[in-house]
Amino acid sequence: MEKQSDLLLDIQHLHTAYRLNGKFYDAADDINLTLKRNEILSIVGESGCGKSTIASSIIGLYDHKNTKVTGDILYNELNLVGLNENLFNKIRGDKIGMIFQDPLASLNPLMRVGDQVAETLYYHTDMNEKERHNRVIELFNQVGMPKPEETFQMYPFELSGGLRQRVVIAMAIACKPEIIIADEPTTALDVTIQAQILDLLEDIQKQSQSGIILITHDLGVVAETADQVAVMYGGQIVEKADVKTVFEHPLHPYTRSLLNSMPQSEDEEEDLHVIQGTVPSLQDMPRNGDRFAARIPWIPASAHEENPVMHEVEPGHWVRCTCWKTFHFQDEVGGE
Amino acid sequence: MAKEIIQVKNLKVHYPIRSGFWNRITDYVRAVDDISITINEGETYGLIGESGSGKSTTGKAIVGVEPVTSGSILYKGVDITKAKNRRKLNYNKDVQMIFQDSMSSLNPRKRIEDIIAEPIRNFENLTTDQERERVQELLDIVGMPSDSIYKYPHEFSGGQRQRIGVARAVATNPRLIVADEPTSALDLSVQAQVLNFMKHIQQQYNIAYLFISHDLGVVKHMSENLAIMHRGRLVEIGSREDIYKHPMHIYTKRLLSAIPQVDVEHREEHKKHRQEVEQEFQNDQDKWYDKDGRVFPLQQVSGKHLVALPKDELNEEKINEKEGA
Repeated sequence: MEKQSDLLLDIQHLHTAYRLNGKFYDAADDINLTLKRNEILSIVGESGCGKSTIASSIIGLYDHKNTKVTGDILYNELNLVGLNENLFNKIRGDKIGMIFQDPLASLNPLMRVGDQVAETLYYHTDMNEKERHNRVIELFNQVGMPKPEETFQMYPFELSGGLRQRVVIAMAIACKPEIIIADEPTTALDVTIQAQILDLLEDIQKQSQSGIILITHDLGVVAETADQVAVMYGGQIVEKADVKTVFEHPLHPYTRSLLNSMPQSEDEEEDLHVIQGTVPSLQDMPRNGDRFAARIPWIPASAHEENPVMHEVEPGHWVRCTCWKTFHFQDEVGGE
Repeated sequence: MAKEIIQVKNLKVHYPIRSGFWNRITDYVRAVDDISITINEGETYGLIGESGSGKSTTGKAIVGVEPVTSGSILYKGVDITKAKNRRKLNYNKDVQMIFQDSMSSLNPRKRIEDIIAEPIRNFENLTTDQERERVQELLDIVGMPSDSIYKYPHEFSGGQRQRIGVARAVATNPRLIVADEPTSALDLSVQAQVLNFMKHIQQQYNIAYLFISHDLGVVKHMSENLAIMHRGRLVEIGSREDIYKHPMHIYTKRLLSAIPQVDVEHREEHKKHRQEVEQEFQNDQDKWYDKDGRVFPLQQVSGKHLVALPKDELNEEKINEKEGA
């Protein structure tokens, strides 16, 4: 039995719709997710599948005129959906930290990096300037910044990509948030730096007992860091399980196809697996039936559910639709 | 033995740093510093490096768009670093390039027909009908519908645009294509599509690729021989087997250990191994790099395997180690 306090974030029936040409289209469609303390939850999917939409819905950073968010995002029994902006400003940055993809774009180029980190403390704590300075140095040490005192006085352009991302992480963890949302934190970085940043995130998570939502398209990163994985396609979660299950016994056709298309196989002469067709745009996304069905046309329509829902196949392993039972790759012999 | 198509010899591309009152040249940025590689006909040669290692500069120098400081690039035995020689050999027809960002490398105001026909118009005298036929043929090769010739680049998805880039590069029947991170901006399943097309085209037309990438997984899938670059110099050259199974330079080991593995079962061991290698890299900096932080010259270890080893007894030890392995 888990204690109630272990549950950090409970997302229920989240729909996030964007207005396109006067009509609203769901970019995130009926998302159910939970984040526990001490857990790295990874949301994985290709571009346009809605993974960043979930992040911006949680943290309330979306265009309020053209976005419609419904459902519940419960944080300590406080619903973040439709929360008053003043209250949200207190939570954002304090209880929920955010790490963005491009560290150069998320830092102010005209402000010393130390001051940028201190700014978070200015808004959320009652430290005086001296205390803030010391806390920033402490944070810079924590994120493994060489020469923290000197870095404090530097501007973003003077730092390398890896160091910039460390500044952004320092900013995100400044107020010891319970939830850290990392949206593609290592996509803009080299592999060796990526490894360091991921190790750093894991260390921070262990130290602070927080929960991390790691959004990425890189399956390797997921396999190395995540505890729980949610695979998304076309705005929906198609498979949800712990990391071992997803990589060792994937069930949903999309997860299986994606894993198959990685250039990792030992046999280099073989062609890579290609998922037929393309991801439909938000406006063209079919709203009825299995959204992935169009990409696997050799599977008869009768194998799909009319309105696919998530099924708990094994305890903790959720798969959308029942088509996985009869799914086979095109070059395999059908029917088991 | 396969015939070589391009031989790069002691290539250097240096950029001057100017400073002081007279704005005199005070130092150089050694973007590419003394590298030599040989690309054979019809093979894929991988060039790997982190950002800022000089891999793209090397690619540009080979295509002939980057002025070379010194060294030579031999094509059919002629040094093509001189523009005169490039013209004489029709070099710009035989060597083409695929770029990383398909959006910014296709003119947004031109239709696909004009984009793909542009290199054909430069080098061949075809009638309008012949030209259209050729464009259709090229679109067929990369698996695009024939009505796409009237569309504009923004009407396509990233993977389709990259395929148009491939079609444009193939248009002049080149012998070598320099592919600079062709799939870095693409999703996994789309990347698979583009890589498959590149392989098919290679088999069909016997094209050589210089495949520049930072993704060791993709390079492993694509290339037989590869070179690893660091700080403008080559760290290790060898066959796929040499590099991935018997890496010898600490930088290569570090790079290999940093690739995320899809092996959940052993991820703790992998992480430990990675941190050990990283530690070794940090501790032995001065052993593997000279006092200016530059990589040592390459030394032959076996057959095609060249490693930048320091010039002391260490290299004998390492060779023994490899032979034992």
